Amino acid sequence: MTELSTATTPAVPPWADPEAQPFLRLDGVSKSFGGFEAVRGVTLDIYRGELFCLLGGSGCGKSTLLRMLAGFETPSAGRVLIDGEDQAGRAPHDRPTNMMFQSYALFPHMSVEKNIAYGLKRDGLPRAEIAARVADILALVQMTPFARRKPDQLSGGQRQRVALARALVKRPKLLLLDEPLGALDRKLREETQFELKKIQAEVGITFVVVTHDQEEAMTLSSRIGVMNAGEIVQVGTPHEIYEQPHSRFVANFIGSVNCIEGRVTGREGGHLRIACPDLGAEVTVESGFEAGAGEKVALALRPEKIAMGRTARPGFENMVTGRVEEVAYMGNLTIFQLRTDGGARLRVTQSNTTRTDADVPRIGENVQLQWTGAAGFVLGA
Amino acid sequence: MSARGLAGLRRAWSGRALVVAVPLLWLGLFFALPFLVVAKISLSELAIAMPPYLPLAEWADGALSIVLNFGNYLFLLSDGLYVAAYLESLKIAAISTLFTLLIGYPMAYVIAMARPDRRNLLLMLVVLPFWTSFLLRVYAWIGFLKSNGIINNALMALGLTDAPLQLIQTDIAVYIGITYTYLPFMILPLYANLSRLDRSHLEAAADLGARPLTTFLTVTLPQSAGGIVAGCMLVFIPAVGEFVIPALLGGPDTLMIGRVLWDEFFSNRDWPVASAVAVVMLLVLIGPILLLRRAQAREES
Repeated sequence: MTELSTATTPAVPPWADPEAQPFLRLDGVSKSFGGFEAVRGVTLDIYRGELFCLLGGSGCGKSTLLRMLAGFETPSAGRVLIDGEDQAGRAPHDRPTNMMFQSYALFPHMSVEKNIAYGLKRDGLPRAEIAARVADILALVQMTPFARRKPDQLSGGQRQRVALARALVKRPKLLLLDEPLGALDRKLREETQFELKKIQAEVGITFVVVTHDQEEAMTLSSRIGVMNAGEIVQVGTPHEIYEQPHSRFVANFIGSVNCIEGRVTGREGGHLRIACPDLGAEVTVESGFEAGAGEKVALALRPEKIAMGRTARPGFENMVTGRVEEVAYMGNLTIFQLRTDGGARLRVTQSNTTRTDADVPRIGENVQLQWTGAAGFVLGA
Repeated sequence: MSARGLAGLRRAWSGRALVVAVPLLWLGLFFALPFLVVAKISLSELAIAMPPYLPLAEWADGALSIVLNFGNYLFLLSDGLYVAAYLESLKIAAISTLFTLLIGYPMAYVIAMARPDRRNLLLMLVVLPFWTSFLLRVYAWIGFLKSNGIINNALMALGLTDAPLQLIQTDIAVYIGITYTYLPFMILPLYANLSRLDRSHLEAAADLGARPLTTFLTVTLPQSAGGIVAGCMLVFIPAVGEFVIPALLGGPDTLMIGRVLWDEFFSNRDWPVASAVAVVMLLVLIGPILLLRRAQAREES
């Protein structure tokens, strides 16, 4: 899981600046099909130049939300404002948005350059300007040598670039991307993620990306909106979404997490003390979570934040003993399934920093599991 | 290549040959052979005999004499009636094909864009007329078009016309008959083509700023060109040789080649000239068929 920081990020990001005006505003947007509410009361501000990802599983309403921005669906309730303009009643051909379709939707009877010029022709631009802009965008996506090919003579990655170029060439206020990398194989997807980010920074257009791939969302976005059952459950930077999820759904959806049930026993300054019977211990966690003594909560611990060793080391506030039950070697890291003395099942990952595995605990071995007070976070019951 | 590979290849070959042989045999027996018979008759001379023409080859006094009579073809050219009939047939077929296209395209489009569960019902309605006899359906049009038929009675009842319009026994009646009869042949290939149209292409066009009409002209229409060509050929080719519709609905001056053929064969009993008419009709139709094949090949490449 990587988060790239772009060089152009200002000191205070617009979403943290109370003065900043949102570029795209969704105000209580809902959409029902028959009796089914696909999108429920989404309120969201997206700022100029953002690369915003709508992340969620299939059927969570993210594509419907995107299609409402493009004008293919009409909201049942709520307003969509782009650059301050209400989009109600505006047809897709009349909106300052362009969309890159999941299937790419390239016109099979037109060459690459005709596909890209299509939108510019509809605007009635002079022929010379169309040719110049098509040439520029082809160079940007490195497809100049393929200008005269038909879409079926291109590879998947090349088609993806043409689809991106066709949507970008009109210089929309808002570029909507529906699973832009979904049809590419893993290796190509990773390369293309960085390229997409680079292109976005270069053209400076606000991107809204729909994806079900959490890794893709983490890599691409300035901010992520996690969706579940038609609602946005959390909006934040990739870092916030991963390290400070507000709910078990978000914590589980992005990365994996150990959730250990417990009851609050008290607070000491910034630390909450939680008794976890499954761990057979009372743990300390740095948290602003408001909970009175006796309240049921859960301690959430990411697997990579637990240190594991045959002997205890100093510097950790929390420690339990566990037995290795399963080991899965992944190459860059190893995943351990452990059972603590109290009966809790924990998942721990270790980076494989050396090529030997002499020190790696074996199945059946007892190990010390330690973590600091800042390693975990608290979730409501 | 190993012996086994060779044997396998030979086996594969014989399998393929069998698959090709069946339709080839069919075409040979029921198309090529009859055509050769017709071509042979077209080169012989008329005679009062059974059959009513002279044999091409004769064996007499130890000499084989073959007489090829091209007079029938020259006769077709010299008598303006035949040339006029060919041109008239092509004209009537072309205009009728245009009408079926103009009516059939929107119908096919609506069916292709309909909800999937409704498509089969709509398609069945298109094919439904085939459940009654072709002849009956053409007869039914007489009831509509004749002087005291349904259309004229309705027009007079509405006061739109005082005297009945002459509809039956005109070229218009023939256009109506052909258009009506052949409409499904236009709709079905167009539907097959349009139902494969990717809806996301239409959305992409709209997204890029195209109004619905522009989307239709720049995306839908070019992508359905194959269906248009196929539908037009399926209507045009049989319409050129149509006999029943002009005979029942057309007037005495509706001169289509099918009727000329009928008259030569059954009224004049001039089998050689009738055969020549048939051979020339085939040659005339080979042009559009080649055009169709070229269009299909281009679409595939």
